[in-house]
Amino acid sequence: MSIFDMTIHELHTALKEKQISSVEATAALLERIEAVEPHVGSFITVTPEQALADAKTADHLIAQGQCDLLTGIPLAVKDIFLTEGIRTTCGSRILHNFIPPYSATSWEKLRDRGAVLLGKLNQDEFAMGSSNESSAYGITRNPWDTTCIPGGSSGGSAAAVAARQAIATLGTDTGGSIRQPASHCGCVGLKPTYGRVSRYGVIAYASSLDQVGPLTRDVADCAVMLGALAGHDPKDSTSVDTPVPDYSASLRQGVKGLRIGLPKEYFIDGLDPDVQKAMTAAIDTYRRLGAEFVDISLPHTDYAVATYYLIATAEASSNLARYDGVRFGHRAEADGLLEMYTKSRSEGFGSEVKRRIMLGTYALSSGYYDAYYVKAQKVRTLIMNDFSAAFAHVDVMLTPVAPTPAFKIGEKINDPLQMYLSDIFTIPVNLAGTCAMSIPAGFSASGLPIGLQLIGRPFDEATVLRAGFAFEQATEWHTRKAAI
Amino acid sequence: MKYQPVIGLEVHVQLLTESKIFCGCSTTFGAEPNSQTCPVCLGLPGALPVLNKKVVEFAIKAGLSTNCSITPRSIFARKNYFYPDLPKGYQISQFEDPICQHGWLDIAVDGGELKRIGITRIHMEEDAGKLVHGELSGPGDGSGVDLNRACTPLLEVVSEPDLRSSDEAVTYLKQLHQIVTWLGICDGNMEEGSFRCDANVSVMPVGSNILGTRAEIKNVNSFKFVKQAIEYEIQRQIDHIEDGGTVVQETRLFDPNSGTTRSMRSKEEAHDYRYFPDPDLVPLVISREWVERSRLELPELPEQRRQRFMDKLGLPLYDAEVLTASRALADYFEAGVAAHGNAKAVGNWIMGEITRALNDSGTVIEACPISPGLLAELLTLIDNGTISGKIAKTVFDEMWRSGKAPQAIVDEQGLVQVSDSGAIESLIDEIMAANAGQVDEYRGGKEKVFGFFVGQVMKASKGKANPSVVNELLLHKLKG
Repeated sequence: MSIFDMTIHELHTALKEKQISSVEATAALLERIEAVEPHVGSFITVTPEQALADAKTADHLIAQGQCDLLTGIPLAVKDIFLTEGIRTTCGSRILHNFIPPYSATSWEKLRDRGAVLLGKLNQDEFAMGSSNESSAYGITRNPWDTTCIPGGSSGGSAAAVAARQAIATLGTDTGGSIRQPASHCGCVGLKPTYGRVSRYGVIAYASSLDQVGPLTRDVADCAVMLGALAGHDPKDSTSVDTPVPDYSASLRQGVKGLRIGLPKEYFIDGLDPDVQKAMTAAIDTYRRLGAEFVDISLPHTDYAVATYYLIATAEASSNLARYDGVRFGHRAEADGLLEMYTKSRSEGFGSEVKRRIMLGTYALSSGYYDAYYVKAQKVRTLIMNDFSAAFAHVDVMLTPVAPTPAFKIGEKINDPLQMYLSDIFTIPVNLAGTCAMSIPAGFSASGLPIGLQLIGRPFDEATVLRAGFAFEQATEWHTRKAAI
Repeated sequence: MKYQPVIGLEVHVQLLTESKIFCGCSTTFGAEPNSQTCPVCLGLPGALPVLNKKVVEFAIKAGLSTNCSITPRSIFARKNYFYPDLPKGYQISQFEDPICQHGWLDIAVDGGELKRIGITRIHMEEDAGKLVHGELSGPGDGSGVDLNRACTPLLEVVSEPDLRSSDEAVTYLKQLHQIVTWLGICDGNMEEGSFRCDANVSVMPVGSNILGTRAEIKNVNSFKFVKQAIEYEIQRQIDHIEDGGTVVQETRLFDPNSGTTRSMRSKEEAHDYRYFPDPDLVPLVISREWVERSRLELPELPEQRRQRFMDKLGLPLYDAEVLTASRALADYFEAGVAAHGNAKAVGNWIMGEITRALNDSGTVIEACPISPGLLAELLTLIDNGTISGKIAKTVFDEMWRSGKAPQAIVDEQGLVQVSDSGAIESLIDEIMAANAGQVDEYRGGKEKVFGFFVGQVMKASKGKANPSVVNELLLHKLKG
C-alpha cells in the first residue's frame, strides 16, 4: 500500500511503530499532490515548506514518545479556514491577497495535536455552490471521472481525499457542502450538530447554518477527527458547552435494534435509479445487521430549499459587507469612497456571490422583511419540529445525500435553480441544526460513487458514527479507490 | 398662531468598562491609532463577537435607575450600512426586544413641579471607529481609519416625545447625565463624546394633538448646545410653516460655531438598515434573580439621597440639590457630617470654600486635598472658639496647600484666637490713645467710626482677637 492510500489509523500505526517518519509521509503526499493536481485541481495553495516543518516537529514529538492519533498526519483544509501567515482566499478574488493574522480554532485544535498542513483546498466562492465551479481559482474535477464535478462547496476537500492528496481534510457545510461532495467523491463526510464545533476563524457564509466537519476515508477516521474538533470555544458564542463523548469507543456497538427512519419525502419519483438502487441495497444491509426500519414523514421538506435560500442569503448579504476594500482584501483604484466600494466589490466577487448578496439584501429590505425573512424563520421552526417529532420514534434516519451522482462540469452552472435542487436532501438538516453523515454506499452504472446520508439527533453524532461504522464493516464501497 | 414644540432625545452613553463590548480589547481613550484592536473589532473574516457581561450589568443598572422593566430575553440585531469606520459593514445593536423598556424619569419643571418623561427603551450596542482627515503622515491626501473606538460599549437611551421646551430637554438630559455618572457606568465627558445626544424636534399648533413632522438633530454635545440647537430648530420650523412651507422629515446637523442646524440627509436618502437578529450571538436571557441582585447592588440614587438630606439632615432644597450634584460630592458631605455633626455648617463650607478652591484649582472633589475628617476638625476649632471664622479661612488655605491638619497649622502659626479681655483691653487703650480725634467724633455721635476701631484692633491683634470680645470691650470703653 502506498503511504498516500493510508487512513489516519494506518498511518498512525506506521508512525508509532517507526516504520516511517512524518517527514517521509508528508513528502509522499506532496509528491502525490504534484502528480495528480493537474488533473484534479483540489488545492488553491499547497504549502510544502509549512508541511515539512510541521512534519519535522511531529517526528520530534514521536521520538519523545508523544504520538497522538493525529501527530504527524498530513491533512489539508478548505480555504475557508483562516491559517495564520498563510493566504486564505475562500475561493474569492476579493481575498486574493489576504494573509490572516490568526488561525481558526478548528484548525488550531488539529495542529495542537501534531497534524501537518499540506495546503488550502479549493471550494466554491464563499462556500456558495454545489459544484466547485464558482471558485475564482479554477474548477476542481471529480477524481472518479474528471469530466464531472466533485460537488461543492467543499469540493476540493472531497476530491483531495478521493485522489489521495491528503489523509483527511476539513470542510464546512451550510446546506450540504460536506456531505454532497463526500457523496460524489466516495468518501466519508460529517456535518456535526450546529454548535458542536467552533466557527471562530472560519469565514462566514450563513452564520446560523455553517458548521465545520471532517472528510475522511472511513468512519473510524471520521470519529477521530470529530473528537479532535468538537467542544466549546469561548470565542464562539454559538458553540455549545456539552461534553464530548469518546466517538471511537462506541463505534463497534452495532446496530441491532437500532430504529432507522425512512422519511417518505426523501424517496421521491425523480430520484436517480442508481441512487434508488443503492438505497434499497443499504436498507437490506442494515436489516441483515438487525436494525429496524420505521416509515416516517418530515412534512415541511418541500419548503426547505426556498427557506434556505432566504435565510442563508440574508445572512450572507450582511456577512459579506466587510469585504469593502477598506482594511484588507481587494481594493479597486477609485476616485471616491462610493466608487471604491462598488468597484472593489464588483471586481472582487463572482456572479453566484453577487446573486446571493442581492437575494439576501432584498429579503431583509424594509417592506419585504416580514414576507421573506420572518416567514422563512417560521418555516425553519416547522422544519425543526418535523425532525424532533420524527426523532421521538427513530434513532437515526437514512436518506440519499443527493438525488443524482455527480453531474458533468458545466451542466448546471448556468441554471442556478437546478443547481440549488442538488442540495434538496441535505439542506433540511442544516435548517434543523442537527448532525448527518455521508458514507459510500455504491456506484452508478457509469462508475460514479453514491453516498447515503445518516441523520442523527442533535449532538448524537455517536449514534450516526456507530451506524455508519456498522455499514462500512458489512460493505466494501469505502475501500474502492478512484483510478486517478 | 402659537406653536407647541415636541421634543424627544436619543442619548448615547459610553460605558466605563475596561474592555470592549464584544472582544477583550481595552477601551482606554487616546491611544495610538489602531493599537487597541483585534480580529473581532477589526471585523476580520472569521471573527466572532462574544458579549462582555459587564455591559449587561451596567445596562440593567441604568434600566433599574430609570424605572424600566428588564427584558427577560433580549436580542442583538445587526444594523447594516456601509461606512469606512464601521468595520463589519454592520453595527451590532438591539432592535426588537432591547434590554430595557418602558421607563421614566420625573423632572422638575417651572416652579418645582414634577413632570414624568417616558423612556421608550435602552439598548446596548457597539460604537464605530473614527475617520482621521488630513493627519496622515504618508503621501497623498486620503483619510485614515482609527478603529480603537470600534466595539466600545454604548447604551442608547431613547425618550418618549414628552419634552415640551429646550429647558425641559436640558433638565431631563442633566438628570440622565447625573444618574449614569452616579452609577459609575459612564464618565459623563461630553467633550470626548462619552455622553452625546441627538434631538428629535417638531412643532404643532397649540391645542392640536397631531404631532408635526420631526427633524432629527445630530451632533449636540453639550448642555448649552442642546438648548441652542433645539431653540434654533423650533424657530426654524415655525418660521418655515409661517412662510407657508412644510417641515420635511430629515436629519440635520448642528453647527456649534453658528448655533444653527443644516440638512444632512432627507427621508428619501435615509438608510434602509435591514435590521435582523445577529446569528452570531445567542439571545440574552436575564433571570429575575439577576435583576433582583442588581437592584440590591444599586447605590442610593440622587433623588432618594436629596430627599434624605432634606428629611433627615434638615437641609433646605437648594443645599440638598447642590450637595447631590455628584455621588462623590454627596459622599464627601456625608463623611463630613459623620465626623462633625452639624450638617448645615459642613454643607456651607463645602458649597463655599471647598467649591471655590476646587474651581480655582480645577480639581474634582474626588481629588480634594482636604479630607472630610480634616474639614470637620477645622469646624470644631471654630465651634470651640479656638479660632475665628475669619482665621479659619486662612487655616483652610494652608490646609489646601500643605495638606496639614488644622490644629497643627494653628499651633505652628500661633493663630489661636485671643479672648483674654486683659490683652484686648490694653490694645484698645493704645489705639484710643493714638486716635483721640476719632474717639471724640464717636462720642460726638458719629457712630460709624466704631467700625474703624474694630478694624484697628483686629489689625493690631493680627486677626487673632475674638471679634465678639472686641466688640463688647470697645463699646464699653468708647462710651467712656
